[in-house]
Amino acid sequence: MTAENIIGKSVPRKEGRDKVTGAARYIDDMSLPGMLYGATVRSQIPRGVIKKISFDPQFDWSDFVTVTAKDIPGKNCIALIGDDQPCLAEGMVNHPEEPILLLAHANPRLVRKAVDAVLIEYEPLPPVFTIEESERCSHVIWGADNIFKTFLIAKGDLDGIWSKADYIVEGEYFTGAQEQLYIENNGVIAAFDAEQGITLWGSLQCPYYIHKALMALCGLPEDKVRVVQMETGGAFGGKEDYPSIIAGHASLLAMKAGRPVKIIYDRLEDMTATTKRHPSRTRHRTAVGKDGKILGGEIDFTIDGGAYATLSSVVLSRGTIHAGGPYYWPSVRILSKAVATSTPPHGAFRGFGAPQSLFAMERHMDRIAQAVGLSPVEIRRRNFLQPSQSTTTEQTIREEIDLGKLLDRALELSDYTAKKARFAQENIASPIKKGIGIAAFLHGAGFTGSGERYLASVVGVEGCADGGVSVLASSTEFGQGTNTVLCQIAAEALNLPYEDVRITQPDTNQVPNSGPTVASRTAMIVGNLVRSAALGIRQTLIAEGILGASYSPAEFRAACRKHMSEHGELRSFARYQAPEGVFWDDQKYRGEAYAAFGWAVYVAEVAVDLSTYSARVEDFVALQEVGRVLHPVLAQGQIAGGVAQGIGFALYEKVVWQNGRMQNGQMTNYIMPTSADLPQIRVFFEEMGNIHGAYGAKGIGELPMDGPAPAIVNAIEDALGTRFDSIPLLPEDIFEAVSAAGER
Amino acid sequence: MSESSNHRDKCEVSLTVNGEPKTVRVYPMERLLDVLRHELGLTGSKEGCGEGECGSCSVLMNGQLVNSCLIPALQVAGANLTTIEGVAEGPQLSALQAAFLEAGGAQCGICTPGMILSASHLLHKKPNPTLDDIREGLSGNLCRCTGYMQIFDAVMRAARRGNSA
Amino acid sequence: MRSDPADYQLLAPGKLQAVVSLLADEPGQWLPIAGGTDVMVQFAAGKLPARKLLSIWNLPELRGIEILPQAITIGAGCTYTELREHPVIAREFPLLASAARWTGGIANQNRGTLGGNIVNASPAADSLPALLAYEAELILVSVRGERGVPYLSFHTDYKKMQLAPDELIRAICLRRDFSGFLQYARKVGARNAQAISKVCIAALGRLRGGAMGGVNGGAIEEVRIALGSVATVPVRLTEVERLVKGRSVGPELVQLAGEATAAAIQPIDDIRSNARYRAAVARNLVAEFLLQLRGWEGTP
Repeated sequence: MTAENIIGKSVPRKEGRDKVTGAARYIDDMSLPGMLYGATVRSQIPRGVIKKISFDPQFDWSDFVTVTAKDIPGKNCIALIGDDQPCLAEGMVNHPEEPILLLAHANPRLVRKAVDAVLIEYEPLPPVFTIEESERCSHVIWGADNIFKTFLIAKGDLDGIWSKADYIVEGEYFTGAQEQLYIENNGVIAAFDAEQGITLWGSLQCPYYIHKALMALCGLPEDKVRVVQMETGGAFGGKEDYPSIIAGHASLLAMKAGRPVKIIYDRLEDMTATTKRHPSRTRHRTAVGKDGKILGGEIDFTIDGGAYATLSSVVLSRGTIHAGGPYYWPSVRILSKAVATSTPPHGAFRGFGAPQSLFAMERHMDRIAQAVGLSPVEIRRRNFLQPSQSTTTEQTIREEIDLGKLLDRALELSDYTAKKARFAQENIASPIKKGIGIAAFLHGAGFTGSGERYLASVVGVEGCADGGVSVLASSTEFGQGTNTVLCQIAAEALNLPYEDVRITQPDTNQVPNSGPTVASRTAMIVGNLVRSAALGIRQTLIAEGILGASYSPAEFRAACRKHMSEHGELRSFARYQAPEGVFWDDQKYRGEAYAAFGWAVYVAEVAVDLSTYSARVEDFVALQEVGRVLHPVLAQGQIAGGVAQGIGFALYEKVVWQNGRMQNGQMTNYIMPTSADLPQIRVFFEEMGNIHGAYGAKGIGELPMDGPAPAIVNAIEDALGTRFDSIPLLPEDIFEAVSAAGER
Repeated sequence: MSESSNHRDKCEVSLTVNGEPKTVRVYPMERLLDVLRHELGLTGSKEGCGEGECGSCSVLMNGQLVNSCLIPALQVAGANLTTIEGVAEGPQLSALQAAFLEAGGAQCGICTPGMILSASHLLHKKPNPTLDDIREGLSGNLCRCTGYMQIFDAVMRAARRGNSA
Repeated sequence: MRSDPADYQLLAPGKLQAVVSLLADEPGQWLPIAGGTDVMVQFAAGKLPARKLLSIWNLPELRGIEILPQAITIGAGCTYTELREHPVIAREFPLLASAARWTGGIANQNRGTLGGNIVNASPAADSLPALLAYEAELILVSVRGERGVPYLSFHTDYKKMQLAPDELIRAICLRRDFSGFLQYARKVGARNAQAISKVCIAALGRLRGGAMGGVNGGAIEEVRIALGSVATVPVRLTEVERLVKGRSVGPELVQLAGEATAAAIQPIDDIRSNARYRAAVARNLVAEFLLQLRGWEGTP
């Protein structure tokens, strides 16, 4: 195998220059002639019947375009998985901020005022706001029983484990909603004409999701909808399915107005009306042997999906499959459900269910350690999955992963043992209590089970006029490095300089559907397709006799140009093929859930100041095994950024709800960490390769989200001796616990 | 120097932007951010929050870092502004911009213009900043992608190269 | 952006005389705007009731920090950055310098003004406890001339103050009386930067017999303790000060001071925090100050 020239190197970010010069074009940087500005009139109540919509007669409504559900040419729904979410509420509203009516006008300031001049009368119906209320079904707000979806994972035989157990350990763990808080708010521009149909430009992750949604909503055929991704200022899942809604709104207005329509949310609207991470509740009941080994157990995992089903079934699926962590469960029963509440639907956010269930698992391991009288290190070591053991879904671990060794390396890097002892000593006299905590976890890359087969992704590579090539994929760049990595892979495959490879702007008229840019699948799965498609180009040229088996870049460019001058174009496509031996049973919810897992051990050091009850992360070690690091700077950046969001999830980011509506929808009051709040985040990699991923890569985008919160809360318990099972964990919560403990 | 208007009318505001004299006709309460983006077509400054928290709209006004979303146009009369578009010298990137590219300081890029101006302002005041100086200097610029580590690295690199622009 | 600039007037006469004349001609009609770090946030949120604004940014008469032997006079238009960077303020008025450093980020410090912080009168305003501790004097100006108001009595209730509708704050005077005092300030917010305070404290103290009380606990000669975010206005804990004066700091005094602190404040539950937490932290900060005072051996 020849040494790689480009893979493994930190080549310049493809679109980096534009980003550091301010030349990168995001949706709000774009305008079209005759463009109108759209705004959305939203429900002010959590649930009820719309009795009357009227327009304030004092307001000058001339030159306004108005759209209601009646104007929808196709189906009034946001096509995703189920079809229960309307594009515009008709008759009923089911959550605060639900869109009811759309307005457009040439003056963006005026259209904003117009929103307040639309008067809506409701007949309220009783809402449901929490998982507990939803479960009780005192009001049924969705389906027959408020349940969007359930899953059951049943492995082994639970009979008898309770009587055999030396310890039975129970725990209940909660995670709150979390706002993605991409710094660029949602925005789109839609244009329509009878000939071309709809063209939609926007800040988005999944052009083909929107394409499908607009076809259904606008009643248009495939070739009359075109979606183009603009430079996107952060997404993290918050622009996975949500943009289909804002795109639908702008498209409806554009169709009615006959003019292009731009809709850009401001921060308040984006925070209060769009998706968030699903709140969760996990209950563990575990049978443990004298030696600390898990005999089996029951896990009950419930997530709050908000008012409509949207992506909740898939979030639930991932959370359920990850609920057992990186441990061997001889037997387990995992029962999970997603329930409805009268809040804006929750959605995708980096990790997608796994951060929730893994928070519970890793808190629970520390609890098991205490019950058994072992250290947090030892309890994990004894329960880690070993190669050839099977996961909770009975997937056999085939790679030679050594989690014990990963743990050892993390402990060494963090100086865990010495610090733990030192802190215990220093805490006696110090008003600042220090602690150190661990989280061990895994994250499956790619779509679950048969998902990738179902997606049937296609990628192309095409020759360019100058003899270089361009990657054709619907995979989007939003900071994580898609453009760079896919170009690296194509360049490596073709043995060309990185500079000779570019990537076509994702435009459904120009690129095939390589699947959504989610699930940490881009480098691993789409990257592999890029490699195949690139090799296809080479093969074509060689087969034609215009390129030798080995060639210089100049020779390649010449051959490429020659082919194109003769044939007009040079294109090669590759379609996803499911790997052999990866088999998933959707009915029994069992089998090979993911083609590859990333593995990690994170260590958090915290200091809790008992004069203010504030916890601060002082040092953080993030060690992960990720197959192959394709681009060291990008990979480190992904991990550091994910850890920062995990720290926010644990200690800072609280959504304050009242009657189903977020009350702290501004950056002043929704607290994400600033540069002054984060410690050095020290990132380290192990690389074992991955037979299924491009050049051995596994997905890494979401992995770093899973570990920080439990590691931090474990550390805080180490510091204070107080148990916390709910995040976000704010100083006010630490105060309540400490003063209650003091009163006892 | 000062401009005035008596009615709800637009007014003329003259200022210098990236070394070029400009005159705009705007409402006195138009936000500087909107003047830059819409009147002057300088879309490099971004709106992330509209409340002076995220720093994406940061520009230099008379050499001082400010949040352009919080400044009314009338107060910019006669001022000397530098936006991200004025940082590079033609095709030549500044040391800070080059360092951001090397170190991974820009991921999605939306905070990057403000972050670079903020870092530039810091390096002018403190050419040899400590890590704590950098943390504090950039604490008004929120980044959701990087976790700040590679941004700090970029600023340190630029500082070491002894070039504050 | 939830306001329409077309609906607003903004004038910038450029001279203090013209500004106060207009305020006198049309009292209550014009909202002065300096750096705009509060007003423009309200404007963008669609929550600014005023439609006529009067720019006092960069008025020469409101700028500058004048240093005299006994006192300094800070122009109301001085920014937080100017406060931070001024050597006399950094050295002799660290409570104010700290507050300036803790307000917003650098960009907001370059525009926010001390006068604006006072007049906006948020109970959580960062620099106000320092001004209470230093017992600042405000110089107010109008067409009728100037008058001085002790800052201690300036705020009367939530967003109500001793400022006539046609008056502006011209300057803030601080006496240079604080060498030999321990100066202690702390802000507790949701994060380390860009945070609205949940509780903040600015305190001064010295022990009997000068600064050399040391660990053997000299009696308290004088203390001034001011808190923000625990009432509708920033407060001086005069009862606590009275209680501890003349006594030595020990666990019992700290306990009593804590109880007196709790009795003197009315913190609330709001979107950022709750009353119980604020009360507990207020007590802790007062305790921390007293303990530092006890252990303090030096002169600044």
